[in-house]
Amino acid sequence: MTELAESLLRGLGTGSVYALLALGFVIIYKATRVISFAQPAFMLAGAVLVTYLAGPVGFWVAVPVAAVLTAGLALGVERVAVRPMVGRPAFVVAIITLGVDVAVRVVVNGFIGLDVRHVGDPWGLRTVAVPGTAIDLQQRHLAALLATAVLIAGLFAFFRYTRMGLAMRAAAYDQEAALAQGVSVGAVFALSWGLAGGLAAVAGTFAAAGASVDAALWLIALTALPVIILGGLDSLPGAVVGGLAVGTIQELTASYQQHAPWLGGNVSVISPYVLMLLVLLVRPYGLFGTREVERV
Amino acid sequence: MTIAGRRTRPRGRPELHTSYASELALFDTRGKRVAVAGLLAVALCLPFLLTDEWLQLLALCCVAAIGAIGLGLVTGYAGQVSLGHAFFLAVGAYTAAAISGDPDGRVIGFGVTNIAVWLPAAGLLAGLAGILVAPLATRLRGLYLAIVTLGLVFIGQHVFSEWSALTGGAGVGRPAATLEFFGQPIAATGPLGTRDQKLYWLMLLLLLGFALAAANLARSKVGRAFTAIRDRDIAAGVIGVNLARYKTIAFAVSSAYAGCAGALLYTITGFFDPGSFSLLLSVQYIAMVLIGGAGTISGAIAGAFFITLLPRFTRELQAWVPFLSAQPNEVPNVFQVETILYGVLLVVFLIFEPRGLFGIWVRVRNYWKTWPFSY
Repeated sequence: MTELAESLLRGLGTGSVYALLALGFVIIYKATRVISFAQPAFMLAGAVLVTYLAGPVGFWVAVPVAAVLTAGLALGVERVAVRPMVGRPAFVVAIITLGVDVAVRVVVNGFIGLDVRHVGDPWGLRTVAVPGTAIDLQQRHLAALLATAVLIAGLFAFFRYTRMGLAMRAAAYDQEAALAQGVSVGAVFALSWGLAGGLAAVAGTFAAAGASVDAALWLIALTALPVIILGGLDSLPGAVVGGLAVGTIQELTASYQQHAPWLGGNVSVISPYVLMLLVLLVRPYGLFGTREVERV
Repeated sequence: MTIAGRRTRPRGRPELHTSYASELALFDTRGKRVAVAGLLAVALCLPFLLTDEWLQLLALCCVAAIGAIGLGLVTGYAGQVSLGHAFFLAVGAYTAAAISGDPDGRVIGFGVTNIAVWLPAAGLLAGLAGILVAPLATRLRGLYLAIVTLGLVFIGQHVFSEWSALTGGAGVGRPAATLEFFGQPIAATGPLGTRDQKLYWLMLLLLLGFALAAANLARSKVGRAFTAIRDRDIAAGVIGVNLARYKTIAFAVSSAYAGCAGALLYTITGFFDPGSFSLLLSVQYIAMVLIGGAGTISGAIAGAFFITLLPRFTRELQAWVPFLSAQPNEVPNVFQVETILYGVLLVVFLIFEPRGLFGIWVRVRNYWKTWPFSY
């Protein structure tokens, strides 16, 4: 029982990292109808920035600064590589972001170098006991969950109550109609990429908390892809629910995989993809995605 | 086809087609026939001019081109984005290696080293894997499909690195298929030529066969159904193209090409491990198709040669750019430049020349066609 509860809580912790990443994907998708394969690079860039900044200015300042800087990087990429492609097939733009990802990651990997880098988080692998039970909860997972909750609340408030949030919702609904109403769709594109970059940086920091930053960190960001397919490409709540679900499933598989040794070690790494395939067989547009209406 | 094309065409008017056969002919003008024959002659004579190192590289290019043509069929012609090409390459490579492997070795092997057995078997099994994936492809479209095929690469990588009885395990690997044709070893220096000369000729002839087959498929009923699906799948369904059937065919044929390419790819280097079949390999093949020119056979071949030769040229770059290092543990080094170039070239081509190398060729050709009136 304790083991089950502990893996569930661990799952929510890693799941919140996936949720943050998936939110970035979905925000970009809603604004531009494109999946940005550049998210892994932004996540790695954010985490590496934190490792450099945490020393001089401290962890708590480093994270927001890194998020802003990564958002700036994402803005630049959007302006140079993606904006010229407005109106071209989504697949072509997606492949462009794939190219951007490969190029940016090599540069970022150059800054990681050969030594192990740490984000300098205050939690490490320390645990805190849940009152009244024997369950140990890792502090970094609690922190990730709380940070994600705060960020999600902020995002939903932003989309609900601000002019720009309204503009983004309008542009996501119908770009031409939004343009006709005076919404600057270009600004919406830029902002969505900036938001996604910032979220990826925070996610990268939490993914590396208690561990180290290395070149393989970007694989975590790829796990956000089954998450968004699971939740539905254009659903913000779907991204959050999907992220938490995938995190939980992954941790449960990791805890109980010794009962199925024929699956091989590390089967938890691919469990999100298997889950995605199973869900897609039943619901081709994910759990919360809108069914595409096609006119000939 | 070409004979018919010649007969029904008035001289000196290459654009005028008076029969369906002449319109569809593969080499419809004299210029094309002469150019292709010349190119082929040069390609066949190359082993007498180049060193073995270059021949090996060109043999690799030919095999990569077979794989790229396969991906071009499903992504360029049928418009189904597949990031899972590395998985099908792996299926082919392991089928071939297992069939021709040493029965007493440390990994699975059946000891049938004849290429006439393991090459078709690799194609067949990879094609079957493609058919198994196809039901998902017929339900999903566009980016959903891209991500699902990406999942395939990860699941495949896990299976192959865990199944060490077949693959030798991660980081260890196993020997590739043996090149032998009815008792005649191909990959050995003999009276006919050195190992690399023979390898190159073999791969060139295989590429020729596969390219012709793909070109013929593309101009048949099946090929027309593919392009109809790519251009507007709903409209294609409405005019009577059986979407599920043709998407399945596209995936099966593409995977079979990938399987054959995978089987041949590692015979050149002789050894491979499950880590090779990563997402990066899929991205390289996507890059070949898109940089070469999506929806053309010659474009896929050009793209494959371009991407495969790229590392060789970036290594040459080191002589010109003094601050680049050839050591992988120093920054900046040529390996980083190479990877960045994949990404940057992909972006630059898609933004500035969406039709790829083939598009550049078309532009050059049209300039001279209308010369001196070049606009």
